[in-house]
Amino acid sequence: MTGEQIFFLIVGIVTLISGLMVVTVRNLIHAALWLVATLFGVAMIYAILNAGFLAVVQVVVYIGAIAILFIFAVMLTRRQAAETGASVNSNWWLGAIAAVATFAGLFFLLKSWSGFSKTAAAIPSGFDAVNQLGDALTSANGYVLPFEVASVLLLAALVGAVYLAFNKK
Amino acid sequence: MIPLSWYLILAAGLFSIGLFGVLVRRNAVAILLGVELMLNAVNINLVAFWRYGDVALMAGQVFAIIVFAVAAAEVAVGLALVISVYRRRNTVVAEDLDLLKW
Repeated sequence: MTGEQIFFLIVGIVTLISGLMVVTVRNLIHAALWLVATLFGVAMIYAILNAGFLAVVQVVVYIGAIAILFIFAVMLTRRQAAETGASVNSNWWLGAIAAVATFAGLFFLLKSWSGFSKTAAAIPSGFDAVNQLGDALTSANGYVLPFEVASVLLLAALVGAVYLAFNKK
Repeated sequence: MIPLSWYLILAAGLFSIGLFGVLVRRNAVAILLGVELMLNAVNINLVAFWRYGDVALMAGQVFAIIVFAVAAAEVAVGLALVISVYRRRNTVVAEDLDLLKW
């Protein structure tokens, strides 16, 4: 087992355990902080996959913006410091069965695929992923249309969120 | 080298954990936390397929960035809805929000 594999295993296990804590822990502030740990683990997975730009975007957008937004929402919607009542609904075992069945289904579906255990080819020397990504996002032969649609979506979400959360009184 | 299967199994596990959170949590904010885990699992798959396919084709990374944008929009609108509901109904428990239930 190489050092890269050991590093991946450590990061993967930490990511999965913090993901499990996000959905099981009672205190929502703690759940949001465990989400930060999970997102950081995913950023490290991107770094292992040679997608350095996405790792940075993950830290800036997800941890810097989305996780902080969650913490604000938790603080704005709590009546008292401690949560009252159960944190899971009465059909939680059905949800657990559905989640395990989804994982088993995905696993066996992927296992029957021929490319399941292929390894990556080395990155060609002189290949600049950030440069290529910028070209792909802005060239007319690439993905400029999805990029512009995403910007319009963000504007619509911004207007919608301000309108919904605005206090009219 | 790490085989592709490791990434796919990690993403499938993270997706299932997120699905569990979405299905069982009572608090609406906690349900949105589960959705974030599922979106991240999808992103791991997109980036892994980019790396293990032809690295000159940037579709995997481009769509990972689109998922970032959609996730940010979804969280902003979702949390605004939760805060708006909390102001009117004074609760964020999903099963108490049964106004549309006949």
